[in-house]
Amino acid sequence: MIRVVDLHKSFGKNKVLQGVSLRLNRGETLVIIGQSGCGKSVLLKHIVGLLKPDRGKVFVDGVDITVLNDDKLHEVTRKFGMLFQGTALFDSMTVGENVSFGLERYTDYSKEKIQELVKKNLEKVGLRGVEHLMPYALSGGMRKRVGLARAIAYSPDVILYDEPSTGIDPIRADAINDLIIRMKKDLNVSEFIITHDMVSAYKIGDRIGMLYEGKIIEMGTPDEIRNSSNPVVQQFIHGRAEGPIEKW
Amino acid sequence: MFLKVKSPVHYILDFFEEMGEVGLLFFKTIKNMFRKPWEKKIFIQQLEEVGVRSLPVVALTAAFGGLVFGLQTYIGFHRYIGPGSETYGGPIISLGLAKELIPILVGLMVTGRVGSAMAAEIGTMKITEQIDALFSLGADPIRYLVVPRTLASFIMLPCLTVFGDIIGMAAGFFYNVYLMGVNRVLYIRNTLLYMEMWDVFSGLIKASIFGVIIAIIGCWQGLKAEGGAEGVGRATTRTVVIASILILIFNFFLSKALPASV
Repeated sequence: MIRVVDLHKSFGKNKVLQGVSLRLNRGETLVIIGQSGCGKSVLLKHIVGLLKPDRGKVFVDGVDITVLNDDKLHEVTRKFGMLFQGTALFDSMTVGENVSFGLERYTDYSKEKIQELVKKNLEKVGLRGVEHLMPYALSGGMRKRVGLARAIAYSPDVILYDEPSTGIDPIRADAINDLIIRMKKDLNVSEFIITHDMVSAYKIGDRIGMLYEGKIIEMGTPDEIRNSSNPVVQQFIHGRAEGPIEKW
Repeated sequence: MFLKVKSPVHYILDFFEEMGEVGLLFFKTIKNMFRKPWEKKIFIQQLEEVGVRSLPVVALTAAFGGLVFGLQTYIGFHRYIGPGSETYGGPIISLGLAKELIPILVGLMVTGRVGSAMAAEIGTMKITEQIDALFSLGADPIRYLVVPRTLASFIMLPCLTVFGDIIGMAAGFFYNVYLMGVNRVLYIRNTLLYMEMWDVFSGLIKASIFGVIIAIIGCWQGLKAEGGAEGVGRATTRTVVIASILILIFNFFLSKALPASV
């Protein structure tokens, strides 16, 4: 489904990605873990075509998206639905307009059909009667769910989550985890998730990969990651300040 | 502790880099104007934002611009040419307002009111990842954000200038005829005799170009904003400073380039 090959990206002198390679199989949930600022979001933005790499390739269903122009790229990104870390809801639009945004651009459905799908997708994430509210009137958890409704509205093949449990309390975070698991089952999609929340990673991931110093240093099932002999992985998953990873 | 000071060469390189960015955004905007889908809803919203909502501030500045221009013209004719010559103030006031003062005042007012708002809105969208969300949902940020704002400014600035011309000329007329007792018939006759339609049109051409400058600079600064609220504030301030300076520079060169009459 998605194949990342030897991806390199620098911002000035800061080498963020230094040869990332990975694969997301159809129907799979792949979780990428790593410290804050290690380049997880940068990796995600390369996969949806928001950033162009300095070197390396990103294949989506066999098509190298790093060489496509914006119009061709949108034909590919139609396959992706993305939940942003801060939800990135359009604050000048109502909830309903936010959810219908992708539908209006990626499909030629009638207005009635779009309204019906907006309602249906909001219900899928457990929200009713919020179409006319503005995003600022919603709680953090509701905003995440609206963001997810917007991401799944046009039936993408892959849902990408950028830190889905960040910024909300543990109970709501677990509810979001359940929602992610349910989405995969109900919509038959692949999922690519980046997080530093190990509780989430173990619960939702089929495979977990760890990004460290610009490379994937370990990749395996949740059990394989738990039992990894790599001291960097062990320090990270146990959240210890002392170890090979620098504290600051 | 040492302060890192940029060398003049760096400032020159930064200047050319930024000019390159603006030029690229301008050409991308022109290219995207002819490509579907057209964002009609945003375009209409921007027509209202740039045009209708700027009417009060343009009316106020044009009125006082016209009054003070009328005052100084009256004093000038009265003192240096002599009593009775004030009726020639009509064409001077109208010419100065239509060709120079109103397009500049409208440009500067819209820069402060609309250009800064464009930078703030787009800058906030940038730092909250809404621009990335636009792209991921199939909307080209330039087509969605920059094109409607540029087109709306290109169209509405001349409209505001016509409005400002009328208010400013009326204010000049009011000061001279009703406050200073200048002969009304001669004032109007001289104005119609010496004013050409081209004088008004050349002001409108300038206003259209100022509109494009305001929108492109506002959007450019918004799109390159980074660093949270401080970055948005900086983008807003830079928009007002850069666009205002460019308007004044372009005004001089356009005044030189456009023929005095046709």
